[in-house]
Amino acid sequence: MDDLVNISIGNAGLIAVLGYLVVFLGLVLLMVVIMIMGKIMVAKAKKAQAAAAAEAPAAPAPAPKEPAPGSAGELKLYDTDPRDAAMIMAIVADTLGKPLNELRFKSIREVKDDEI
Amino acid sequence: MDILGTLQKLGMESGFAAFFLTDGGWKNLIMILISFGLLYLGIVKKFEPLLLCGIAFGCLLSNLSYFVGMGANALYHPELWEAFLDETSPYFHSYGHIMSNAGLLDFFYIGVKAGIYPSLIFLGVGAMTDFGPLLSNPKSLLLGAAAQLGVFVAFFGAVLLGFTGPEAASIGIIGGADGPTAIYLTTKLAPQLLGPIAIAAYSYMALIPLIQPPIMKLFTTDKMRKVKMEQTREVSKTEKIIFPIVVATFVILLLPSTAPLVGCLMLGNLFRECGVTDRLSDTSQNALMNIVTIFLATSVGATMVAQNFLNFNTIKIIVLGLCAFAISTVGGLVGGLVMYRTSGGRINPLIGSAGVSAVPMAARVAQDVGRKYNKTNFLLMHAMGPNVAGVIGSAIAAGFLLSVFGG
Repeated sequence: MDDLVNISIGNAGLIAVLGYLVVFLGLVLLMVVIMIMGKIMVAKAKKAQAAAAAEAPAAPAPAPKEPAPGSAGELKLYDTDPRDAAMIMAIVADTLGKPLNELRFKSIREVKDDEI
Repeated sequence: MDILGTLQKLGMESGFAAFFLTDGGWKNLIMILISFGLLYLGIVKKFEPLLLCGIAFGCLLSNLSYFVGMGANALYHPELWEAFLDETSPYFHSYGHIMSNAGLLDFFYIGVKAGIYPSLIFLGVGAMTDFGPLLSNPKSLLLGAAAQLGVFVAFFGAVLLGFTGPEAASIGIIGGADGPTAIYLTTKLAPQLLGPIAIAAYSYMALIPLIQPPIMKLFTTDKMRKVKMEQTREVSKTEKIIFPIVVATFVILLLPSTAPLVGCLMLGNLFRECGVTDRLSDTSQNALMNIVTIFLATSVGATMVAQNFLNFNTIKIIVLGLCAFAISTVGGLVGGLVMYRTSGGRINPLIGSAGVSAVPMAARVAQDVGRKYNKTNFLLMHAMGPNVAGVIGSAIAAGFLLSVFGG
């Protein structure tokens, strides 16, 4: 123990080299472990993707796409500019006092003068 | 009632008198001025202010209240801790003796001495750190290892300058650029040097944007600095959850002395990534981290009592600490250069400098220097890999030194 407290220059050099090697060894081994882990994960993801791709053509007909939670599905615009539609939806939501994602707009159609 | 006698007693007991009447009282005055200087650096220059303000104020409080031979009202008592560490003293390792005679900052310091605060800080660091860049490019671990060069060169240099083995190990770890690790190791191996080592570690971490760029320019060419790195792969959530478990298991089995630091770092990271402990992750990153920072900073600052701090060793530590930082940067850059060559010029060697921990400052410096030479270059995420690898690397270096010198 006293050797380590009043350490000689030779021993200090040896410990310095050994310490640096231990740090490298530890991190190299960790790198190998992480690389193996990464390879397994990538292979698994690829396998899942391939399985999904193989199943896709076998399906008889694609089911109608479910709108994402919170979205309003597809909106049909008749003679309406998308910017105008966005403004109309915002005004309706504001007037009703409801968040936009709780409302569902099916279509927006411009009412022509001669239809009034 | 003897009013004159009472006034005289009050006068003699005051700190103002103690500056001139006690042995080395003038040194307290110098330490108070140093604490003002540190407060200036923290508040005006914004050098690691969260820590430096606390450290400076702890230093101020202990030097205002403790004078040699007049410790009755002191907030921190160095002689209590000397007895605690002296194997021949009846109070060797006696927390009871500390508790029954302690001032406020002595109580705070128990958390440092027991290694609690640095470990809890690591818990918060783990909860704040995204190890994704490291997982997407595991080779960056090599840069984190290369950048520990300064730790061992400074250790050797400290032995050459006459420090004992445990003291040299504590000085060397400044090169790990990781404050909590430096405090943890120093408390275990050379507590008498805690003040100067903590000051050196945190000051140089704050000075990284000044220390690193000239070295980065010296070791790389314009062509190298302009290298644009490819996008790394996306890391799955599962990988991020498994990572802390794997690292804790692997590193602690390899070096059991790293258990407190690596264990807490990875626990914090698991809180962050597992997705079911958001409240714990939030507490670790914010409330707990802030509370522990207050205790850690003030108690570390309190150890800067004049009799321990004002000596030639402090100057040697400050110089060795700077060398350790610079050499660690060189180590990381050399690692980066090797990777640049072996990858056929696809890896920008600047990211090697981020291998010194100092998260995320060192990575930001790599980004800034890279961007200076190529405006379309975004090295930040690439540099974060070696940066977080440096945290693990410095913990392993500390674990090694602790197992060699910890007895």
